[in-house]
Amino acid sequence: MSKTSILPLRLAEVSFAAGGRTIIDRVSLEIETGPSTIILGANGAGKSVLMRLMHGLLEPSAGHIEWNASERPGTPRKQAMVFQRPVMLRRSAYANVAYALKVAGIREPRRGALVRESLESVGLSHLARRSARVLSGGEQQRLALARAWALHPEVLFLDEPTASLDPSATREIESVIKAFDAAGTKVVMATHNLGQARRLGDEILFLDRGRLVERAPVEEFFAKPRSAQADAFIRGELPWA
Amino acid sequence: MSEALTAALALLVGLDAKLIEIVLLSLRVSVSAVAIAALVGLPLGAAIAVGRFPGRQTVIVLLNALMGLPPVVVGLLVYLLLSRAGPLGALGILFTPSAMVVAQAILILPIIAALSRQAIEDAWREYEEQLRSLGAGRVNAALTLLWDTRFSLLTTILAGFGRAAAEVGAVMIVGGNIDGVTRVMTTTIALETSKGDLPLALGLGMILIAIVIAVNAAAYLTKELAQRRYG
Amino acid sequence: MGLIRRLLLSVAVLAALPSLAQERFIVVASTTSTEQSGLFGHILPVFQKKTGIQVRVVALGTGQALDLARRGDADVVFVHARSAEEKFLAEGHGVRRFDVMYNDFVLIGPRADPAKVSGGGDILDALKKIKAAGAPFVSRGDKSGTHIAELDLWKLAGIDIAKDKGPWYRDTGQGMGPALNTAAAMNAYILADRGTWISFKNRGELAIVVEGDKRLFNQYGVMLVNPAKHPNVKKDLGQAFVDWVISTEGQKTIAEYKIGGEQLFFPNAK
Repeated sequence: MSKTSILPLRLAEVSFAAGGRTIIDRVSLEIETGPSTIILGANGAGKSVLMRLMHGLLEPSAGHIEWNASERPGTPRKQAMVFQRPVMLRRSAYANVAYALKVAGIREPRRGALVRESLESVGLSHLARRSARVLSGGEQQRLALARAWALHPEVLFLDEPTASLDPSATREIESVIKAFDAAGTKVVMATHNLGQARRLGDEILFLDRGRLVERAPVEEFFAKPRSAQADAFIRGELPWA
Repeated sequence: MSEALTAALALLVGLDAKLIEIVLLSLRVSVSAVAIAALVGLPLGAAIAVGRFPGRQTVIVLLNALMGLPPVVVGLLVYLLLSRAGPLGALGILFTPSAMVVAQAILILPIIAALSRQAIEDAWREYEEQLRSLGAGRVNAALTLLWDTRFSLLTTILAGFGRAAAEVGAVMIVGGNIDGVTRVMTTTIALETSKGDLPLALGLGMILIAIVIAVNAAAYLTKELAQRRYG
Repeated sequence: MGLIRRLLLSVAVLAALPSLAQERFIVVASTTSTEQSGLFGHILPVFQKKTGIQVRVVALGTGQALDLARRGDADVVFVHARSAEEKFLAEGHGVRRFDVMYNDFVLIGPRADPAKVSGGGDILDALKKIKAAGAPFVSRGDKSGTHIAELDLWKLAGIDIAKDKGPWYRDTGQGMGPALNTAAAMNAYILADRGTWISFKNRGELAIVVEGDKRLFNQYGVMLVNPAKHPNVKKDLGQAFVDWVISTEGQKTIAEYKIGGEQLFFPNAK
């Protein structure tokens, strides 16, 4: 197991275009260990695409994305992602988490212990044998978190994880995320929900139409936004281009 | 017609030995054929579904087109292959059940490959990001999806079996419809009908329809139960 | 890719199914009309009991049966088209031809008998009348022995059927049974072998209208496929069958085959 951290992650003049449209426009930033990072922006600002670029699901059209240490294929991944809609295999909740560990090459008995620990941490132990796809939306999303966290990744990406959930499920998810943050995992989360950003974030990266417009610690961002777009967004008055 | 029906029922109820022999041979041939076609076709469908290679679209179109292969054409091609005058003549399996299995396997292979390709590609669309995020490579993903879509695939296999059990063109040519050796339900129905001798033909026809209905019912129930249990 | 796939399939299949090669058997290429007459069902068990050799009959039209043997896919041919058989021999595919038996053709027609041929004993006369009346006539059109015999009869009657046929002449490309089905449905005349006719159940309005003319006699011949040309032929087993069929015992067994008390085949091996 390599001791070198994969952070910091550096993006240098990264752009992404598809279908003739520029979705991410020359973004440069650095993600470091420590504070949880919220990527904030309106719908269509490019948050999801930026997340996928960082996680490696998309290749940039221009620019450079570099982690501090590369992950060797065939070794357990050090970064994980939770999507807006959880995607579960036709298996039990237990088996879904176990699958992630199997892919990483973790064998029994360690695998079983990690699965149980993960399910416990999100409060789903009692549903371990239930078929994952018949669980409620909130339960599936918690399961997705359990699965992402089972390998104790260094970085946890979350792409609008509560956008499809009701308030009580949202609260449960947020508390799990806070717990992972407290345990030392670097949380990078995209959201358009101001309240959520305030509750969970330590710093805000504000995205407007594909450009990184502002970056600030959370309180400073909400108290004194420096850009006009951020200001308008906070007040709920973002003009649609 | 009614005497023929009564006579047919008598054969069925009395479990006529010849009838049973023919039905068992039919099942043996078609089940073997579908087993081979599934062994080759399911991984093939999965590989095409998750793979990226030049000419992929052409392969998919071709595979879909081959689903409509006329059985007589397959029979003719396999006959030419297995004939003593042909390249595989030395195998000596022409006019034996083995040849019939080969012909039917070739006939339904495209069906199983094309339909499984479709099912797995649909699943891949849903799962791709998540599986890649977990670090699964293409081979792992293909195997995972094969298991995950198992109920759709079972339906596909049943569809292949139905097609094999009901065809007559391929097995007639490569089997030779030899009494007691390569005579199956469909070829017997063809023969007895052409002789104007209907009771046996009708009896077998009823069994064949019953099998087709049973297979379709099984496919439907599988889908229903799977949906309820696994979502 | 297709060939390799087929190769793999063949090997897999061979491994999967029990090998049938251990049994003593031969493949005899014969005609559909002979098989459908039920003759083989009667004589083959006798032969198998005596020699332990299983005879597997692949029944096709005469032309196809001979072509099958030309490709080496049969050990013995047992058909009824003298000229085609002689050609087969001349090409070197057969060892020697033996007369086995004969049966006869009958002219079948509708009870209404539009061409007024019923009860006659002259087949050529009947055919001329059918053409003159433009009465529906079903031909097998499938290169079979029966088809070839029919064409020969038209020629003997002085009719160039290929040129002179009208819409009354239905060339179906079918075996004897299906052709009879078609004739019954259309109320048409048709030339059939007596054996198939006797076993044929779906007669509708049809009945025999002309029979007994010497020109309607149908000679059967048997040949061992030439092992010199086709090394895989089961020479000894095949020869055993040929020998038995022309032997006193074989000939007696053929004569004993009856449908509804009527003998169908008349042994005439020399």
